Amino acid sequence: MRILLAICFGLLAMPVLAHKPSDSYLSISVQEQTVSGQWDIALRDLDYALGLDDNGDNRITWGEAQQHQAQIDAYALAHLAISTKHQVCRLAPVNHQVDKHTDGAYAVLQFAVVCPTAVRVLSVDYRLFFDLDPSHRGLLRLQNQGQTQTAVLSPEQPMRELQLGTRSNWRAFSEFAQEGVWHIWIGYDHILFLISLLLPAVLWRVDSGWQPVRQFRTAFIEVAKIVTAFTLAHSITLSLATLQVLNVPSRWVESAIAASVLLAALNNIYPLVLKRIWLVAFGFGLIHGLGFASVLTDLGLPGDALALALVGFNLGVEAGQFAIVTVFLPLAFYLRQTWYYQRLTVGIGSWLIAVVAVFWLLDRSLDLGWAQLI
Amino acid sequence: MPRLSAIVWAILFWVLPAISLAAPYIPKSPDEVLEQLPVLNNQAELEMKTLQRQLNANPDNLSLAVGIATRLLETARTEADPRYYGYAEAAVKTWWRQNQPPVDVLMVRATIRQHRHDFTGALQDLQDVLANEPRNAQAWLTQAVIQAVRGDYDASLRSCSILKRLGANLPATTCLANAASLSGSGQQAYQLLQESFANTAQTDGQIRLWTLSVLAEIAARLGDNRNAEAHFLQAMALQRRDVYLLSAYSDFLLEQHRPAEVVALLKDDTRPDGLLLRLALAEQATGSNLLPQHIGELQRRIDAYRLRGENIHQREEARFNLALAKQPEIALRLALENWQVQHEPWDARLVLEAALASGKPEAARPVLAWLSQTKLQDRQLPPYLAKLGAQ
Repeated sequence: MRILLAICFGLLAMPVLAHKPSDSYLSISVQEQTVSGQWDIALRDLDYALGLDDNGDNRITWGEAQQHQAQIDAYALAHLAISTKHQVCRLAPVNHQVDKHTDGAYAVLQFAVVCPTAVRVLSVDYRLFFDLDPSHRGLLRLQNQGQTQTAVLSPEQPMRELQLGTRSNWRAFSEFAQEGVWHIWIGYDHILFLISLLLPAVLWRVDSGWQPVRQFRTAFIEVAKIVTAFTLAHSITLSLATLQVLNVPSRWVESAIAASVLLAALNNIYPLVLKRIWLVAFGFGLIHGLGFASVLTDLGLPGDALALALVGFNLGVEAGQFAIVTVFLPLAFYLRQTWYYQRLTVGIGSWLIAVVAVFWLLDRSLDLGWAQLI
Repeated sequence: MPRLSAIVWAILFWVLPAISLAAPYIPKSPDEVLEQLPVLNNQAELEMKTLQRQLNANPDNLSLAVGIATRLLETARTEADPRYYGYAEAAVKTWWRQNQPPVDVLMVRATIRQHRHDFTGALQDLQDVLANEPRNAQAWLTQAVIQAVRGDYDASLRSCSILKRLGANLPATTCLANAASLSGSGQQAYQLLQESFANTAQTDGQIRLWTLSVLAEIAARLGDNRNAEAHFLQAMALQRRDVYLLSAYSDFLLEQHRPAEVVALLKDDTRPDGLLLRLALAEQATGSNLLPQHIGELQRRIDAYRLRGENIHQREEARFNLALAKQPEIALRLALENWQVQHEPWDARLVLEAALASGKPEAARPVLAWLSQTKLQDRQLPPYLAKLGAQ
């Protein structure tokens, strides 16, 4: 076919090609962590920018294109930046070819994209020819394991951020699990709620005073009941909200979470509920699950691996919780008889938690923006 | 719906390269010619390169920038090559985004916006020019042309009258005759313009060519084929390359069922999309074996425009879908979208034809209302109106 075409072209002297505004075709493909690019740039545009027609016969030959190869590479790649999470990737030319598009011959530059960190988001900053021809467009096509995203890059919108859905199932699972752990770790409201419930688990109430439990087993069972109830509850609402069965406005959810922290802390100071704390944990856990769900949604869920992402995130949250409990329980049990555990930690600690919770509650329910100020 | 369109785009992106392009390859020989650059007047091109170097060194030089942009716009027009519009924009980029660019830059910007079918933006720029320079004949003329394309004949006539008072005799008469002929006074307009042309001392080839094109088109709309033919041939005899003239003459020949002449006229001039479209229409009539290749090429060009997210060729696209791709529903949608932007006789005809072909005569209603209101005279419309009336 190629030979036949070449003969035809030979007979016609030159194919007559369309007049079209200037475009380049930039394809980026991602396979696991290997990113590569192919960039088709019109020879006519390169000639306008760099002057390729050395012998001035109004024709550009392959020889002339090759003569200017290094110059073309340097010029093109100087007008393209690809980065991931603010770290610039290195663009290295790999191969040079030629292709025909509707309006003529294009130089085809294949290049490797070497990024310093794992690629989850690719930012493309495209500036080619905009100074010479503002009607030039970069037609970007990103292929990521069978999925294609496209964008038109213009002087008005030269940058585009492309989310790479985590495609490998195992990777989706482990990344979402990490996000779950991370969210517990930075989600102070969840930690403080849990701690408020757990603080008195190594004590029991006698005549408006605290007595330490005798056996570790008693404390352990109490903690296990609370944590299990909390986990069960937030798993339920997390799943329902992620699957879009349940939809509650996030401002309401966030305020209710703050309120739950406040109530849990106050319950340590003016105890109302002494038995079956796990029921409290379950009830408020339902609300905390809705909070987790909004985080998960913000992360961008992979459509095809939704269940895996959900389970991964949930297990990550549990792992984070488990880590907190394994540190907390032995320490609390060890210190449970001391004055500073009973008075300072449970007493004043709960007050502090309550103050923080009031602050959150006001901030979130009235949308005051305090949290950003800190 | 956004999801559906995303799928369509994805398919376009996937399928297009596969059908339109051979895979990238490495040429066998260094002597293989890859690209034929546009061969313009070499001397003029060298001058242009020198001027552009001067501008690069001194991008704030207004008169240099406008001079370059004006020459580039001239090339863009004669070659119908949109890249030159982009180059012209680049030449005046220092002022392009200013709130109140200098008048000369506004003229350049209006011309470019007109080319991009941003008629509202172009008219705004022209108004700003005329507020500063009420005697700017070029601005009045450009404004009159855009107003006529949009079907605002009263406004166009007003602009032409002012042009006349400024002393631009033949252009002003051509301008008036064009608008008048479209709004019910074809016969008088033709006679007036013909007399004016016979008595003119105008030697500017470009203006003569424009006047002859308008004369030919008025005659054709009136059904005076003999005079239309004569004027087209006079215009062609000026030996000035003009894509608009070639398109109009080809349409005339196609209407006359003379496709072989269109093939002869256009077979080596297929870079402009509008000319390739007419060549393919002629080839369809003659049964040329090049037709499938040219239809494929047109489809690829349309797709290439679509990838840019632009749709300035809706009229051509509608005609392509109606007459070549045989997709009357798509043609109707495009023709109606195009009707939102411009109201030339061909724009009206495409809506009528597409509405009939897709069995949706009611879709032509806005055009019918407009036609009865403006009294547009065009011999090619009554057959469609009759068919629509019968339905």
